Formats: sequence, C-alpha cells, structure tokens
Amino acid sequence: MNDEHDHDHDHEGHGQSASMASRVAALVAKLEARGILTGAELDAAAESFLTSTQRAMGPALVARAWVDGAFRARLLTDANGALDELGIDMTHWAKVKLRAVENTDRVHNVIVCTLCSCYPVALLGPSPSWYKSLAYRSRVVREPRAVLAEFGVELDPSIDLRVWDSTADLRYVVIPRRPEGTNGAGEAELAALVTRDALIGTAVCRV
Amino acid sequence: MTARFKAGDRVRTRAANPEGHTRLPRYLCDRRGTIETAHDVYPLPDERAKGVSLELCKKEMLYTVVFDGREVWGEQSAEPLSVSADLWDTYLHAEQPT
Repeated sequence: MNDEHDHDHDHEGHGQSASMASRVAALVAKLEARGILTGAELDAAAESFLTSTQRAMGPALVARAWVDGAFRARLLTDANGALDELGIDMTHWAKVKLRAVENTDRVHNVIVCTLCSCYPVALLGPSPSWYKSLAYRSRVVREPRAVLAEFGVELDPSIDLRVWDSTADLRYVVIPRRPEGTNGAGEAELAALVTRDALIGTAVCRV
Repeated sequence: MTARFKAGDRVRTRAANPEGHTRLPRYLCDRRGTIETAHDVYPLPDERAKGVSLELCKKEMLYTVVFDGREVWGEQSAEPLSVSADLWDTYLHAEQPT
C-alpha cells in the first residue's frame, strides 16, 4: 500500500490485540537481529509520531476559518494551501492531500475509512479506537443518523448527511458549524470549542 | 494523462471481486454515481499491493465519486444521504445520463 496511508492494520477489530502484540514483538525481534533497526530507533520513531501529531492543529484551523471568511474560502478550495498559511505541515510519511468539508444548516459531513483506518493523523493526532472499529466503519455509511445519535448528535431531519469514505490518497477534515453566541470571541477561545470528534463529524461544537 | 471523466459525469462502478487488494469497497460495487472532483494521477493500489514498484506500477486518475444513499442501500434507505469515495479510473465505467 502507499506509504502515506495511515493504516494501523487493525482491520477487523476482533479483539486480536494479544496476538497482534506478539506478532509485533516477533517482527521487532527479527528486525533487531538482522540489524535493520534498533530498539532505540523504534522508541524514537514512536515518540516522534506521538508528539509531532499531538499538535492538534485542527481546532486552530477551524477557528481561523470561523473568523476569516477569505481564509475559509481558501480552506475549502485548497486545504493544503490554507495549511501552509498557518504553518501546519500535513506531511506524515509523505505529503498528503487534504480536503476540508463544511457543515452548514443544510449539510452535515462525516468522515470514515471503511477499508481500513485512513485518518488525517498529521492534523488530528492518533485516531480514536472507535474510528477503527468495524461497527463504526460499517454502520456510518449506511445509517449515519443513527450512529450520530449514539454520539449524542441529534440533527434536524431536514439536514442532509454526507459521508466521505477515505478510500484513497486524500484525507478529509470537517469544518464544524460555529456555535451561536460566540460573536466577539477570539481565535484561541473559539479553538477551545473545537473537539477532535467535531473535526471527524461525530460531534457538534457547543459553547 | 488526461482525465476520462469530468465533474458531473455519470459513472457506474465495476462489479469486481478481485483476489488481490483493491480500494473499491464492495458496498460500492456496481453502483451508479456522479463524478464530483477529478483529482490527479496516483499509483494504482491494486498493483502496488502486488509488490509492483512505485516507478513501474500503473498510475491513474483518481476521482471523488458521489453516490445517493438509495442507490447504495436500496429504496428503503429513508434518510437523505450521500456517500462519496475516492476511486481510480479502472474502477469506473461511463454511464449514460438518466
């Protein structure tokens, strides 16, 4: 598979974590025995992965889009260009093309990867375990309204659901609706309202 | 490489059950959809998964294709729903406009 895919290959989620851990350990032992990598290098890579992706730049991106209409327009047409403006590096293993999709009073967007677990790691950090679950991946493309209700999101029946299945080399991020009563709030204050789940589409932003 | 499809074109996904890896989800096989965006040329994962190098593997246009919920799940799919996926040229046939 392409190097830029954010797979963790927990493909079916049948509670195989114990066997997965032993398989990983066996693989690491082989790689170390052959001098391909050292335990220290592996630790450094894991550390870098976790810290560099915990920048959680998604909320800052949304807050800027909420206060700056021209930026919002650029974000929707050329998300990578907008990221560059904020100094956000979307590179993970390779540079990844990002697409931002906007929630409005008529459309609610939700992101999934039904084939594996593709996710904008560089922007949102490591994905939540439910995002990789077979239940979420299989149900959200079929009955998103019911799935969202289980997340506590009750949408007006008039709102259309749009599900984006990240099947290839693009990654998606949802631009949630700005909550009422936030006029005059600064970007930092607004960014604090933007949760990870809102950026996936399984939550809405609230004051 | 020129794009075979443009935004608004009607397409039908292929009905295929290949032995190897593919990035056309089974639930979107043999379904009618509409090209929403023609992106760019990307390596075909079906070949990459067989170990063909990045240099030698087939590269094809990638499209975002939008499907109506009823087309995917049947008429009883009550809620207004669209599902889109990013699909390579190989996965698509041209469909006559309805």
